[in-house]
Amino acid sequence: MEYSGAEIVIRMLERQGVETIAGIPGGTNLPLYDALQGSSLTHVLARHEQGAGFIAQGMARSTGKPAVCFATSGPGVTNLITAIADAHLDSVPVVAISGQTPMSLMGTDAFQEVDTFGMSLPVTKHNFLVRSVEELLEVIPEAFRIAVSGRPGPVWVDIPKDVQTATLRVDAFPEAGARVAAASPEEEALNAAAEMIDKAERPVFYAGGGIVNSGAGAQVKALCERAGIPVVTTLMGLGVMPADSPMSLGMLGMHGSRSTNLTLDKADLLIAAGVRFDDRATGKLASFCPHAHIIHMDIDGAEIDKLRSSDCSIKGDAGEILSRLTPMVEPRKRRAWEESITAMKTQYPTPESELDNAKPAALIRRVGHLADSHAFVTTDVGQHQMWVAQYYPHQQPGRLLTSGGLGTMGFGLPAAIGAALANPDAPVICFSGDGSIMMNIQELATLAEQNLNVKIIILNNGALGLVRQQQELFFGGRYIASQYDRNPDIATIAKGFGIRGHRLPLSACTDDELKAFLDSDGPALLDIATPQAANVYPMVPPGAANTRMIEGEHHA
Amino acid sequence: MHDQVITLTVSNHPGVLSRIAGLFARRNYNLDGVYVVGLTGTSESRMQLLVKSDERLTQIIKQLEKLYDVRDISVEEGRDTPTCFQVQKAG
Repeated sequence: MEYSGAEIVIRMLERQGVETIAGIPGGTNLPLYDALQGSSLTHVLARHEQGAGFIAQGMARSTGKPAVCFATSGPGVTNLITAIADAHLDSVPVVAISGQTPMSLMGTDAFQEVDTFGMSLPVTKHNFLVRSVEELLEVIPEAFRIAVSGRPGPVWVDIPKDVQTATLRVDAFPEAGARVAAASPEEEALNAAAEMIDKAERPVFYAGGGIVNSGAGAQVKALCERAGIPVVTTLMGLGVMPADSPMSLGMLGMHGSRSTNLTLDKADLLIAAGVRFDDRATGKLASFCPHAHIIHMDIDGAEIDKLRSSDCSIKGDAGEILSRLTPMVEPRKRRAWEESITAMKTQYPTPESELDNAKPAALIRRVGHLADSHAFVTTDVGQHQMWVAQYYPHQQPGRLLTSGGLGTMGFGLPAAIGAALANPDAPVICFSGDGSIMMNIQELATLAEQNLNVKIIILNNGALGLVRQQQELFFGGRYIASQYDRNPDIATIAKGFGIRGHRLPLSACTDDELKAFLDSDGPALLDIATPQAANVYPMVPPGAANTRMIEGEHHA
Repeated sequence: MHDQVITLTVSNHPGVLSRIAGLFARRNYNLDGVYVVGLTGTSESRMQLLVKSDERLTQIIKQLEKLYDVRDISVEEGRDTPTCFQVQKAG
């Protein structure tokens, strides 16, 4: 049968099991949109291509399956770049498909022409410029295979308009692109790791996004419970060990708790899994876990020894590595280490003042206790994000969707839409700030249209809080460009978009109010006035060792 | 710092040189020489890169190995092959 390039793309997306696409049409991807007529694919019309990219990310992050977004050439592409760069840094499988000016016009500075291949190259796992309709049959399954195999990541497919309209006789479509399993870990490395674990007196397990991507949360628990190993996580790994487990040390690094960073400082073995020794996690690298031997396991061999050389490295899928490693390790209690950690937690508890109801941190914790334990939580970027990391009771891996590597303000709302689209039965809570929410506020229209169960909670302090905090702590309190002289009424904006909006001072956010808000049907927004003086503590100054933590004066 | 020649077999399409050169540029690693030629009768090219090795090179080679367009990679000491990398006199 004869198909156009555009029809081939849509048929192959259906064969990939894609159900929902987020995007915006324009001049050069109109054939793709025309081919959506009669397709089983549902299209969600975003209001900005960055929104479409983050909606796809929300779908991908909440399911682990690759998600697709569409954009037209030129500004459609440049708008999408941020969302794809974000997916690249956080290893999220997204397939971005853009229209391009026809091949005959490429390189002539044609209307809405940009060098999509060149611009997307450094922010994707791989990218394709499709030069013929025949190539589509190979490229589309390859794009999915690459996106989900090994360390996941975004793949960009740029398709000139004349390739979309060219026709080809296709008798049989190729197989859908599927994950290629990682090579099995080497027995020798596993033996060496098991021996190092058995010999260690003060081991710590350091879990990152790779554990979440591998679906290896249960395996981490199994190993750590068997061998008495406490678990710290990166921002991307939160939930791998339930927050209330005595084995959990929460998040490490710049905003990790004092007892956690001090525990790492004492460790004699660090079992690093699916982590990349990011500077926000390690602080000054030379002072990070100075007494510890390192076991580093990762599916991406290039992460091993990249920043910190390991004493034992294991390349492979974390789930497989841990399943094989656990029975090789001696069951042990490690009482002395456990007692020393408990003592540290007692000596440096969460400051009482943070849990006082006049503090945003306490509000986040209360929302966490009132919300459904299966809820997905998305955040934007800033103080509220760090408070969610520190205080929300993360119970399961993969439920927190947050922009870790790129730190993109504007992530939260569209990512929440994506999570809700892909998980119609799960509630979604989006924590945001008055700075972040404005960066993709237009997606409230998409949210209203889709009528999804997304509850947006804005911690509104009239400032770019984390910038203000850094100016206070590291720039002598010389505030500049971090406060909003005049902020819009966000609850009224929400109403303008057709979404219920309320505005409350923090003191009026009783459990009953919050519960009623969370349990209401459909989308809603709660704008909460919070004190500007509230800072995220502890804080390690950028570039300093993790043991050099600043606390607020009132905590000292 | 000593000369090394990295020999790559890569897929032959218009973006491939940009992909390889971009990887070096992003990591602030200088390329002293680049030699590329299509391999007749295949869809592949041979690419040879002359670099001065330092401790970052291991990471760069790992990143090259990950590239979809890179099919084969080998590293040799010295600058003897290809002949275009042999020391040229100015003028």
